[in-house]
Amino acid sequence: MREALRRCLGRNAAPLGLALLLASFLGLTVAIHPQFGAYDVQSLALGALPLALAAAAETAVVLAGGIDLSVGPLIAVANVLSARLMVHAGFAGALGIAALVLAAGVLAGALNGLLVVVSRVADVVVTLATGFIWGGVALLILEKPGGGAPDAFQNLATGTFGTRWLPNALVFLALALALGWGPVRASRLGLGLRATGSDRVAAFRSGVAVARMQVISYALGGLFSAVGGLALTASTGIGSPLAGLYYTLSAIAAIVVGGVSLSGGRGGMIGPVLAAFILTLVPTDLIFLAINPNYGQVIQGTLIVALVMGGGLATALRRP
Amino acid sequence: MSGRGGAAAMRGRRLLRDWPAGVLALLLLALVGAIEAVFPGTVSPGWVSNAMLFAAPLGILAASQTLVLLTGGIDLSVSAVATAAAYLLATNAAYGTGSALGIAAAAGLAIGLLNGLGVALFGVQPLVMTLGTALMAGGLLTIYAQWAVARLPHIPGFIQALGAGKVAGYVPIDLLLWAPLTVAIVLGLARTGFGRLLYAVGDNREACRLAGVRVWQVLLAAYVLAGLLAALAGLVLVGSTNAADLGLANVYLLPSIAAAIVGGTSIFGGRGGYGGTVVGTLILTVLNSLLTLLDAPEPIKQVLYGAIILGLAAAYARLAD
Repeated sequence: MREALRRCLGRNAAPLGLALLLASFLGLTVAIHPQFGAYDVQSLALGALPLALAAAAETAVVLAGGIDLSVGPLIAVANVLSARLMVHAGFAGALGIAALVLAAGVLAGALNGLLVVVSRVADVVVTLATGFIWGGVALLILEKPGGGAPDAFQNLATGTFGTRWLPNALVFLALALALGWGPVRASRLGLGLRATGSDRVAAFRSGVAVARMQVISYALGGLFSAVGGLALTASTGIGSPLAGLYYTLSAIAAIVVGGVSLSGGRGGMIGPVLAAFILTLVPTDLIFLAINPNYGQVIQGTLIVALVMGGGLATALRRP
Repeated sequence: MSGRGGAAAMRGRRLLRDWPAGVLALLLLALVGAIEAVFPGTVSPGWVSNAMLFAAPLGILAASQTLVLLTGGIDLSVSAVATAAAYLLATNAAYGTGSALGIAAAAGLAIGLLNGLGVALFGVQPLVMTLGTALMAGGLLTIYAQWAVARLPHIPGFIQALGAGKVAGYVPIDLLLWAPLTVAIVLGLARTGFGRLLYAVGDNREACRLAGVRVWQVLLAAYVLAGLLAALAGLVLVGSTNAADLGLANVYLLPSIAAAIVGGTSIFGGRGGYGGTVVGTLILTVLNSLLTLLDAPEPIKQVLYGAIILGLAAAYARLAD
C-alpha cells in the first residue's frame, strides 16, 4: 500500500510539484494583492488559455520524439482565419467555422508530420520552414489586426460558468484537453506515441507503426494549435497575424518547465499546462509588486536555464 | 532508373557530398541567370556590390550558427546577442567608442559563455539552453533600454561606414571584414586541430571522449566563438540600419539557420562547413532580391522563402544519403 503510494507519487512528481508551485504562487499573489478576486482569476485564466493550448500542442509532438517550431505561426493562422470568417457570423455559424478551422489545423499538422517522415529532413528544419510559410499565410489572410467574433462565441472564453469564480476559459481548456487528449492517452495510440518518442527503433521492432505515430503526433499538435488560435479569437475578439511569434518559444518554455523531456517519451500533458499558468502568473505578480514586468521574461529564461542545468547536474551526479 | 541516369545521379550525389559549396554555387549562378533573363540589365557591378553589402551581416551571423551546428548543437540566441551588442554600442558610444565596443563584445562573450557552460558542462540540450539565454538577454535588454532611455543613441561613424559604406565605388566595406573572416573560418575548420575537433565532436561525441578529447572544452569554445561572432554581426547590422532598436536582429534568427542548412551543414552535426554557408547566405540574399524585383508582397515572399528552404533541404537530404 505504502509502496504503491510512493510509486504513484514518484510517477507524478512533476505535475504534483508544479501544482504546489502554482498554489504557492497563487498564495503569494493573494498575500501581496489582497484585493485578488474573481476578476483576477478570470484574467489569469484568459491570459494562460492560449499558452496552455500551445504547450499542449508542443507536448503532443515532443512526447512522440519530434519538435514543432511552427506551433506559434499555426496558432496565428487559426486566429486570423476564424476572426476573418466569424466577423459577421451568428453563434451557430461561428461554431461551424470553428469546426472548419479545427479540420484545417489537423491537416496542417499532418502535413508537418508527412514532410518529416517522407523528406527525412530534420524536424527542426521542416517545422522552421513550415513556420515561415504559416507566418506568411496568416499575413495573407489578415494584413493587420482585425476581424471579429460574435459575442456568444467570445463568451465561451470570457464568460463565467455558474459562479463568478469559475471562468469559462478554464472550462474551455479542460474540455479541449479531455476531448483532444483524453481518448489518446487512454488508448493504445497514446502508448504508441510514447514508445515512438522514447526509442524509435525499439518501438518499430515491437510492431509500432512509427511513421504513422509521428504523423499523428504532429496532427494532434495541429489540432491543439487550432484550438489555441480559436481560444485567442474568443478571448481577444480579434485576429492578429503576428500573435504567433511569441507562442512557439513560450510553448517550449512551458514544456521544459512542465517536466516533458525534449528527447521524447517522458512527461505528460498536465505539467506543461500548469507551467503555462505559472509563466502567466509571474509577470502579473511583478506588476502587483510594482516591479518592472519585463523581468517576467528574464525570470522565464532564468527558470528554464536553472531547471535544465539542475536536471543536467542531477543526471551527471547519478552517473558513477 | 536507367543505368546511365543512375550513374549520373551517383556522380551528382558524390559531387554534392564531397564538394557541396561548388554545386550550390552553380545553383546560385542559375538564380542570378534567372534574374538577368527575367529582368535584363539588372545584374550589374552595382547590383552585385549591393547584394554583398546586404549579405555580410547575415553571413557573419550564420557563421556563428555554423560553428555550433557542426558540433551537433543549435544556437537560438544569436539574434538576441546581435541585438544586444548593437543596442549596447549605440547607447554607450557617446561616452567613449572603445568602451562601447568592449561592452558590446562582453555581452556576446557572456551569453556565449553561459550557453557553453550549460551545454558543455551540464549536458543541457542546446535548443533549450539557448532559448533560455535568448529570453534572458531579450528581457534584460528591454529593462536596460528603459533605464537608458535618456541616453542619446549614437552610432559611431566607422560603424556606419562598416555597415553601409563602399570603397572604390563598388567594394562594400563589410565585405572587407567578411571576406578575411570567411578565409579564416574555412581554413580554421579545415586545417586546425580545433576545427577538426568541432567536426569530430559533432560526429561522435562518445568516440571523441574515449579518444581522450576534452569534449567540454571544444563545446565551450564553440559557443563562446558563436557569441562573439553574433555580437560582431550585430555591429555590422546596426551600421547598415543606422538605428538600434530592440528587435533589430530578430528577423535574422531563422535565416541564419536556413543559410547554414541550405549550405549543406547538417543539423545533426559533423557534416558541412562555412564555405557552403557563405553560398547559402548568397542564395538567400539573391532570392530575396529576386522576390523584391518580382514585386512580391511580404507575406508571399515569406511563404516562398519557407517553401524554397524546405525544397532545398529535402533535395539535399535525398542526394546526400
